[in-house]
Amino acid sequence: MLRLVARRLLQLIPTLLGLSVLLFLWLNRLPGGPASAILGERATEAEVARINRALGLDEPVWVQYGRFIKRIFQLDLGTSTQTGQPVWEEFTLRFPATVELSVAAIAIAIVVGVPLGYFAARRRGSWLDVTAVSGSLLGICIPVFFLALLLKGLFAVNLGIFPSFGRLSTGIDATKVTGFAVLDGLLTGEFDASWDAVMHLVLPAVALASIPLAVIVRMTRASVLEVLGEDYVRTAESKGLDKRVVRARHVLRNALLPVITAVGLLTGSLLSGAVLTESVFSFGGIGQFIRTSIDARDYPVLVGFILFIALVYVLINLLVDVAYSLIDPRVRVH
Amino acid sequence: MTALAVALIATGCSSERDKEGDSGGAKDTFVFGGPGDPGSLDPALASDGETFRVTRQAFEALLKHEPGGSELAPALAEKWSGNDAGTVWTFNLRKDVTFHDGEKFNAAAVCANYDHWFNWKGTYQSSAVSYYWQTVMGGFAANEDPETPKANYKSCTAKDDSTAVIEVNEPSANLPGGFSLQALAIHSPKALKEYAKQDATAKGDAITYPKYSQVAGTVAGTGPYKVSEWNKGNKEVSLERFDDYWGEKAKIKNLVFRTIDTEDGRRQALQAGDIDGYDLVAPADVKTLESDGFQVPTRDVFNIFYVGMSQEKNAALKKPEVRQAIAHAIDRENLVKTQLPEGGVAATQFMPDTVAGYSDKVKTYPFDTAKAKQLLAGADESALKVEFCYPTEVTRPYMPAPQDMFELMKADLEKAGITVTPKPMKWAPDYLDATEAGGCELHMLGWTGDFNDGYNFIGTWFAEYDKQWGFKDKGVFDAMKAASIETDPAKRTELYKTANETIMAYLPGVPISSSPPAIAFADDVNPPKVSPLTQENFAETSFK
Repeated sequence: MLRLVARRLLQLIPTLLGLSVLLFLWLNRLPGGPASAILGERATEAEVARINRALGLDEPVWVQYGRFIKRIFQLDLGTSTQTGQPVWEEFTLRFPATVELSVAAIAIAIVVGVPLGYFAARRRGSWLDVTAVSGSLLGICIPVFFLALLLKGLFAVNLGIFPSFGRLSTGIDATKVTGFAVLDGLLTGEFDASWDAVMHLVLPAVALASIPLAVIVRMTRASVLEVLGEDYVRTAESKGLDKRVVRARHVLRNALLPVITAVGLLTGSLLSGAVLTESVFSFGGIGQFIRTSIDARDYPVLVGFILFIALVYVLINLLVDVAYSLIDPRVRVH
Repeated sequence: MTALAVALIATGCSSERDKEGDSGGAKDTFVFGGPGDPGSLDPALASDGETFRVTRQAFEALLKHEPGGSELAPALAEKWSGNDAGTVWTFNLRKDVTFHDGEKFNAAAVCANYDHWFNWKGTYQSSAVSYYWQTVMGGFAANEDPETPKANYKSCTAKDDSTAVIEVNEPSANLPGGFSLQALAIHSPKALKEYAKQDATAKGDAITYPKYSQVAGTVAGTGPYKVSEWNKGNKEVSLERFDDYWGEKAKIKNLVFRTIDTEDGRRQALQAGDIDGYDLVAPADVKTLESDGFQVPTRDVFNIFYVGMSQEKNAALKKPEVRQAIAHAIDRENLVKTQLPEGGVAATQFMPDTVAGYSDKVKTYPFDTAKAKQLLAGADESALKVEFCYPTEVTRPYMPAPQDMFELMKADLEKAGITVTPKPMKWAPDYLDATEAGGCELHMLGWTGDFNDGYNFIGTWFAEYDKQWGFKDKGVFDAMKAASIETDPAKRTELYKTANETIMAYLPGVPISSSPPAIAFADDVNPPKVSPLTQENFAETSFK
């Protein structure tokens, strides 16, 4: 197990280096720079040149890259050209929002998707199965931002049940401990702040959950159907084993293996893919900030955030592999 | 888990704890939605409207603009005057003004601020940090970059407690208007000493703003509100009423600015009751909002939208007849009628009629397709082809729907026989870079004034050779120079009129329209006087 973890962590080094080279080359190909984004209509050729000189952006890309790598070794990711604050601070400020949203979305997808997929498979051809299959098809087809707009229009604007934007209501005096708004309220006993954060999470999380939910329903259903046809399940049933034991230990445990892999991949992609949902609900996470950073050519933020996301993605998949080996002894053996 | 959920639900009902303040349930918090976060709590380090919208409530400059207008009015200075040469400005200051940190406002405080800016070093000398100081006062005591403009600020003297005298080396068209800028608002000397301990730094590829400008607590102005918190995670700046304010106290206790970066998002937040007002209302939303009972006052126009031409990029544009043909080909009235909110006007020159120096005698180019064709034929350019750049994914106060506006003008130009190749580009930085570098044969852009002086509009483009336009015309440049060095306001206004007439006779581009930016409020709000310069004072706001 330790060897697996160590190997995966070592693989990170070339992955991140390669990604950083690609990022720098991509940024170098983008037209324009941060200077005119900072100055807007007020940009003149001379002003742009002065700012580029001050920021070292008039130097060749390999010099900039060398400077970046040197800073990385000093644990310094640079400073955002939009906010003038260290990239690490910008990341830690926004990352909890994205994690909270992604975890809520994936939790909804698992809690709803796994039972739905399981029962759809158990009752193949029933109305439940037909509904689950067609519903999941719709979930995959419908663009997330469109669903987000629909949910917001109906439940926030028309019915006023949920807030229309942000992570907390105006003036909610929440003590910050971890940056995770729901958790912080629980830790500090400010349950009203937690509740407020939950209310703000519902609509974006439901919108964001649509695709993972659909994927999990379909994967669980297909996987359960496959396992149900396996010899060992038939054997277990025919030797008179308790049905609940067969379902839990033989069917569900085996059927969930590919689902766990999917959950890992989906969670990773949610972290980087919540851009549109965050924008619709002005949620203030990293996705929304990356979008504005592309417009503003905020190179340090783009490089820093994307490398961090890659790192988190790899770590999540490492965790999935570890979980996988815990559930499936065959993996441990191999 | 269930117990936790029950606990949350049970306490959820009490989540109004901090929302309504402590005034027994009466609404005492006004929430305004803006399109972007402020960049800094120190306006001297900023050049963007979202920062100034917030800081304007907490900081005051020596002068301001009259509420709802564009004329200069007293602020921290009750009276002001300039000498004949326009190099010595004397300010008679208000007495009994206190800063948010308890310090007394006086002439020494004014001079401490101006000297603080003048002595900026290092990163503060970057125009990304000190754009407005450099625009109004030039460079610094010791310029560190040869490209930094020469210092025009000379000195500030506290003649007595309530008289400050600011001297400059050369007369400037940016004065006295520049004394009203938020970037030159007066801070407490005690706070300035704290600021001086925290340098902005340029490290690698960006500028790090000093900590005091990012966290509430240190900055201290004299305005009707003081900054109490900047919650970056929740994209929220909170201000509370300053009870020792020298003027009329703010009517609402708490003022909160929240960032919602999409137009739709801001509108929906207002409709959902999550905010009490927002800015940059899309023209298409005005009628819907009004019919839903919201208030949507429009500001007087103080901007200009124009079609720019790069004579270096397309040689045909060097011919006056071709430029005139383009001007005649565009139906400005139709564009105003179909694209701008009520109150929009077609432009005849590169400034709106609200700016001193607007001339009624400029040469005009009314919509006339036949004349456009005739002019093109006369210039031997009947088969004229032009590339026309327009920006995507952006709206500006002067340009609420760029693509639609482009399509209308394209159709007009094609009716006159001009072949138009559209070149859509992302606003920042692609489009701005391309237009600034003269990379577009035709492009559309605009300007919102900082203060009421003609130079702030036409001086921006036509004082000297500019790649955006790619022309050198002594007549235009000389007319601008004559106006810029004239110190008598009345004479300067006349010279701006002459400059406008010279510019429109030469016709470097086509001024199209001025648009009144709309701002929306909930029906239970008594809004502040809306300002053509978007300088609303939210202390005037109250709930019905």
